[in-house]
Amino acid sequence: MAAIYSLYIINKSGGLIFYKDYGSAGRMDTNDSLRVASLWHSMHAISQQLSPISGCSGTELLEADTFDLHCFQSLTGTKFFVVCEPGTLHMEGLLKYIYELYTDYVLKNPFYEMEMPIRCELFDINLVQAVQKDRVALLGR
Amino acid sequence: MQFFGGSEISPSPTVPTATGNNVNMMYIFNRNGVCLFYREWNRPLRTLNPQQDHKLMFGLLFSLKSFTAKMDPTSADKGNLGVPQLPGQGCSFHSFRTNTYKLSFTETPSGIKIILVTHPRTGDLRDSLKYIYNLYVEYVVKNPLYSPGTPIRCELFSTSLDQYVRTIL
Repeated sequence: MAAIYSLYIINKSGGLIFYKDYGSAGRMDTNDSLRVASLWHSMHAISQQLSPISGCSGTELLEADTFDLHCFQSLTGTKFFVVCEPGTLHMEGLLKYIYELYTDYVLKNPFYEMEMPIRCELFDINLVQAVQKDRVALLGR
Repeated sequence: MQFFGGSEISPSPTVPTATGNNVNMMYIFNRNGVCLFYREWNRPLRTLNPQQDHKLMFGLLFSLKSFTAKMDPTSADKGNLGVPQLPGQGCSFHSFRTNTYKLSFTETPSGIKIILVTHPRTGDLRDSLKYIYNLYVEYVVKNPLYSPGTPIRCELFSTSLDQYVRTIL
């Protein structure tokens, strides 16, 4: 059973630029993943509006009945979120690490166009290592 | 979906040792999206007028529910995004957290939604919401002067709620 079910990266206007599934039942098709991503983008914005205190930067953790969703927003508005088993720890660390990989292997790739879907081999390779092989090592970071 | 037990009010689940007031506000919606009850204890920031605020809150919960129902990674057959679902059907959620607040949510089988907005570091409030639902049943539903679907104006409910909310850590 996978601890992490899926990973999404959304650009600053709500478009899905990266989606990876790590073994959730009934994989989402392309249309659904795009819809779900833009829905999350708007939910994130609305949750800022409803804050009782100023300085709200949007939802960080959503606890559903069968999963937890951890979201990290970079300063430029790119959102990273993972769907994992309820109660999975160290997801903030993983998201920060994925952000590091994104800056290293996507943003520094001269062939990558900003806000466009991510197709970078090095990013994929390193991501697989981060999420699956080196999970135990990552937790100690 | 759990069905809430007997009608007697169980002793409050949290120990009253709180110093400050950690609860920002509370909403109760019925299944049609009418805000039956709104109360705030600590809300420095207001960006919208009350009606718009209630609409936005209900809309957020409604969309989050269809989002979680579609996202549910444990079931293969989830239907389309946004397909209408009865209370208790599909994967729902019980809370979300931002850097400034935590929102806890519960929905009863009759479609009553109770929302509690608290300090981001408060723990699991599912039992507290259940307790508040019991208060609602005792003091609102059993009030002969209350007609369902109208805003709640029951003094006993408000006072016992105020009292209870002070004990939430």
